[in-house]
Amino acid sequence: MGAAVEPGMRRTVLVTGVSRYVGARLAAMLSADPAIERVVGVDVVAPTHDLGGAGFVRTDVRDPAIAAVMERERTDTVVHAGVLATPRSVGGRVSMKEINIIGTMQLLAACQRSDVVRRLVVKSTTAVYGSSPRDPAVFTEDMTARSAPRSGYAKDAVEVEAYVRGFARRRPDIAVTTLRFANFMGPRVTTPMTAYFELPVAPTPLGFDGRLQFIHEDDGLEVMRLATVGDHPGTFNAAGDGLLTLSQALRIAGRPSVPLPTVSSTLVGQLFRRFGLVDFSGEQARFLAHGRVVDCTRLHHELGYRPKHSTPEAFAEFVRERCVDAPLRRERIVAAEAAIRDRLHGGRDA
Amino acid sequence: MRDDDGVWAAAVSEVAAEVDRAEVDRADVALDAPLDGGPRLATRSWSDLLGAALGAVGQAAGDVLIDVVRDAIGPDSMDRVDDVLAFARQRLTGDYVVDEFGFDQQFADIIAANVLRPLYTSWFRVDVRGVENLPVAGGGLVVANHSGTFPLDALMTQQAVLHEHPGGRQLRLLGADLVFAVPIVAEIARASGATLACAEDSARLLEQGELVGVFPEGFKGSGKLYKDRYKLQRFGRGGFVSAAVRTHVPLVPCSIVGAEETYPMLANAGTLARLLGLPYVPLTPTFPWLGPLGLVPLPSKWIIQFGEPIPTDGFDVALADDPAFVFDLTDQVRETIQQTLNRLLPERGPTFG
Repeated sequence: MGAAVEPGMRRTVLVTGVSRYVGARLAAMLSADPAIERVVGVDVVAPTHDLGGAGFVRTDVRDPAIAAVMERERTDTVVHAGVLATPRSVGGRVSMKEINIIGTMQLLAACQRSDVVRRLVVKSTTAVYGSSPRDPAVFTEDMTARSAPRSGYAKDAVEVEAYVRGFARRRPDIAVTTLRFANFMGPRVTTPMTAYFELPVAPTPLGFDGRLQFIHEDDGLEVMRLATVGDHPGTFNAAGDGLLTLSQALRIAGRPSVPLPTVSSTLVGQLFRRFGLVDFSGEQARFLAHGRVVDCTRLHHELGYRPKHSTPEAFAEFVRERCVDAPLRRERIVAAEAAIRDRLHGGRDA
Repeated sequence: MRDDDGVWAAAVSEVAAEVDRAEVDRADVALDAPLDGGPRLATRSWSDLLGAALGAVGQAAGDVLIDVVRDAIGPDSMDRVDDVLAFARQRLTGDYVVDEFGFDQQFADIIAANVLRPLYTSWFRVDVRGVENLPVAGGGLVVANHSGTFPLDALMTQQAVLHEHPGGRQLRLLGADLVFAVPIVAEIARASGATLACAEDSARLLEQGELVGVFPEGFKGSGKLYKDRYKLQRFGRGGFVSAAVRTHVPLVPCSIVGAEETYPMLANAGTLARLLGLPYVPLTPTFPWLGPLGLVPLPSKWIIQFGEPIPTDGFDVALADDPAFVFDLTDQVRETIQQTLNRLLPERGPTFG
């Protein structure tokens, strides 16, 4: 379903969710692209990051006004980066869910009515695969969750993807790209996962060691940019090569951990929230326990992009920038090793 | 082993001493700073004193321990100490590689060398036959009988392949989903290279050229009563045959004698099992009557026989989805294992001999 934008025609792009880091940086990046005439960012709240040359329209994605904006701007490409992962930023789970679900429905309704839109790019998450002991070790795009996510962002993302699939069936002339990203990681981005690794002491699920994958923020943005400027309909997993286990990541970050029995992951999620430190859902607690790895062959070959940072590299960059004062940081362990070695060897001559 | 323990103890005390020294430094600074109240001064000086005392004790204990460790190691094995220290540093800084299934080679090596190898050689005295039937390189699917309530048979087969195969190959085990739902078991299983027994994972491992081990009887095999020993149970739905045919790897039937007697299950505490969400709770001659001692497996004599491989590269991939074909081949493998068991049992001689 090619629907290529005619060559030579300058494009106008609408980006949702620009009040947050990824949306804002993407809008700024796209506005610097000479092939794109105009970039309009929309969000419920004003952006706190620099949008570069992109314009900003403050509109609630939940109301039909989004259609008017798209009509006025003659938007031909829509990038939906507005699905929220954390309830706290919008004052609770109820409005988070409303923004995610109703917002997506309104946006898709506007796209469906438009005769100008040619391309839709949706930022989704690998969390749609869920996280359970019954999961295969590695998910490809064709697999579905063995135990469907029951709460929070992951559940919203599953519903958003379902609406997007429905939309793609109704408008086969519009090229739809769904990008399932692993957790963003890097020196600047802030997510529940980065907040977790910034805790002074990290609670971990006792007796489990989830396999984690990350995508470096720069790689994630590049994947979104490529999907926006190129023609790559379909669904793509996107994560850095390799993986880290939870315990390994915590050691690299130099964070001490406290294993807690996982009677129920919902309880653990609540515990995290009670600490008041992390916007954490039961789904994310399950992720720490069982982990999730995705296959990115399609990203490498069909979208033609191999992330420049592997999962360990992306995490190392995060640690260098954001865990400098971690109690068990690498320098200390290296120094302790040297000290013990010196003392053991030192006595030989005496 | 002894050396390692000593070094570990020294490492711990060294870190403790470091912390204590830091306490003392901070105490010095606090004493120089202007102090503002009587009671606070008192508490401060108490904590300072305590800190200083702990520091001194820690320092002294550290020195003593270092000397003890140094004496224990002796000057000749100092190089090995460096290796152990470097290894500890690698582990503590997360400087190691884990594959996409969670397999941690370093962890597996340590468990194999210190726990499984002694069990394998001294406790069960495993007699391995037919290693030449395992592929030297490339994918292969080892299909074995399952017994003994706890999957010692899987771990010993893994050791057999690791130690007797010329390539020292790592057998990648497939486990039931329950394995990955139980805390600690789940963590150890993944780290030692096991993954879920499902079509996706077995296909992925076999395509990567791994040697995979599967126990198609599942809990029906490991949870059967002692009176049913060496009687093969139903072989699931034959998913393992489909996996091998799809990836064109040979099937290697494997017959294990000895695991049945490790934890002879006289009865199943069914109600308790249902309450705990477990497939069975075994009652053996020693468990639970002897408490933790009941967890010690009986020292039966083992034979692990790898049988003639069944090549699958001649089969059309479409046959993987043909139920009649899959059931036939499943039965063939099952029959081979059963007959081999019948032949091996008398050859073994006395069960605990």
